[in-house]
Amino acid sequence: MALQRSRRATTGAIQRGTELLVDTVRNLGPIVAVIAAFQLLVIREPIPDLGRTLEGLLAVAAGLALFIRGLRLALFPLGESMASLLARKGSVFWLLLFGFLLGFGTTVAEPALIAVAGEAADARDAAGGDGLEGEAYAIALRYTVALAVGCAIALGVVRIVRGWPIQWLILAGYALVVVITPFAPREVVGVAYDSGGVTTSTITVPLVAALGVGLSMSIKGRNPMLDGFGLIALASLFPILFVLGFGMVTG
Amino acid sequence: MGASTTAASFTSLMLDTVRDVVPIILVLGFFQFVVIRRPVPNLSRVLAGLAFVVVGLALFLVGLENALFPLGRSMATQLSDPTFVGASGEPGDAVEWWRYYWVILFGAAIGFAATIAEPSLIAVSLKAQDVSGGAVRAWPLRLAVALGVGLSIAFSTFRIVTGAPLVLFMVVGYAIVLVQTLLAPRSIVPLAYDSGGVTTSTVTVPLVTALGLGLAAAVPGRDVLADGFGVIALAAMFPLITVMGYAQLSQIRAHRSRRRR
Repeated sequence: MALQRSRRATTGAIQRGTELLVDTVRNLGPIVAVIAAFQLLVIREPIPDLGRTLEGLLAVAAGLALFIRGLRLALFPLGESMASLLARKGSVFWLLLFGFLLGFGTTVAEPALIAVAGEAADARDAAGGDGLEGEAYAIALRYTVALAVGCAIALGVVRIVRGWPIQWLILAGYALVVVITPFAPREVVGVAYDSGGVTTSTITVPLVAALGVGLSMSIKGRNPMLDGFGLIALASLFPILFVLGFGMVTG
Repeated sequence: MGASTTAASFTSLMLDTVRDVVPIILVLGFFQFVVIRRPVPNLSRVLAGLAFVVVGLALFLVGLENALFPLGRSMATQLSDPTFVGASGEPGDAVEWWRYYWVILFGAAIGFAATIAEPSLIAVSLKAQDVSGGAVRAWPLRLAVALGVGLSIAFSTFRIVTGAPLVLFMVVGYAIVLVQTLLAPRSIVPLAYDSGGVTTSTVTVPLVTALGLGLAAAVPGRDVLADGFGVIALAAMFPLITVMGYAQLSQIRAHRSRRRR
């Protein structure tokens, strides 16, 4: 009995180990192969600092495996259970506030955004822009983007509750981006387009995806495939619009 | 030297990820304890999971910044170097765009490979697989998105080298997206739109901007600011086309096999 159980545990562990290995090779194999092939066959030089590269690769592999495990344990269940509990509470106000704060909160402290806003402020100072200066400009820009993501998630929650199709919202939004881009100051355009990519950080994405799916599963008549996805698309679109608008206002 | 710099950058990245997580915990905590007023189910499991996420992400990033990013960046510069491309290097000497074939190929390959390793895409594709009950499978979805990013980088490289206007690519691309939105199976559309936002994340953006900026700097007559940024805009658009295209293809194949029977 005990022997059988321990044998089963061993085979289970071996199986899990093999799965982990297969997944890791699948996830990271392509990037390793591309870099190695181009370095050795096209540029025809040995890989510089091979030891350090391998060490880094090991960290990447371990980190990715841990992250995926954490997704299943924490981010997915948290997002989903919060969404379904709030939906069952039946208050649209709390749902909206939750969506807004989640979007705003995850964005305002995002390191990549702080970096981009700082660079934009420096570029503006160097170009001699008037009005807001340096630090104040960077902070205003950060809050603009955070506000945009907050509004995007809140609107996305309303959309899920009402069952609006996502595509018309997004396509209309991008049409608007194209229309107002020529009217925005040139140096803000790059920052605006960049900020859309910056906001969808690796921790926000799984949480927001789980929120949408959880919400659409607990509201009657909503389909998780049709209504649950789409929040990330909104969260990448809104910052572009808001930053372009910000640029037009601050001049 | 190696170990101590790695440790130092790990600590600073760890602080970055913690800073990323704190507001999330505050918001979740407020709603859990003040609004919903219920204990978190499996609290210890969730806490362990959060620790995995924070440590895992920091490890992942430190590995990228120490190993893959510098290598990728130096390769992009080398491949787009005028002497490598076969130009005389004299100012005003135009080079045919196809001479940049190694850069175009490298851009496409690195865009594809980096997207496969993108953690947020892994998350969304796992979620989609769970939700659809296996109708959408995670791996083909990731391949479709990665193919889109790879294609977008190839087009961007072509665009930067030839100086073709970004608007042209955007307008034609979104026209295709519009048509596909009307024709593709309805259930894939929201997921396809999300995949556009997901691609522009941790792994892809740094590598791809490096390539775009390096190329814009190396090709005579290109504006680093204006031409470098367009790369991300296209990388966010192409996955919509490939993901909806993948769904359309599988729909057609399903139709055919049904008719044959």
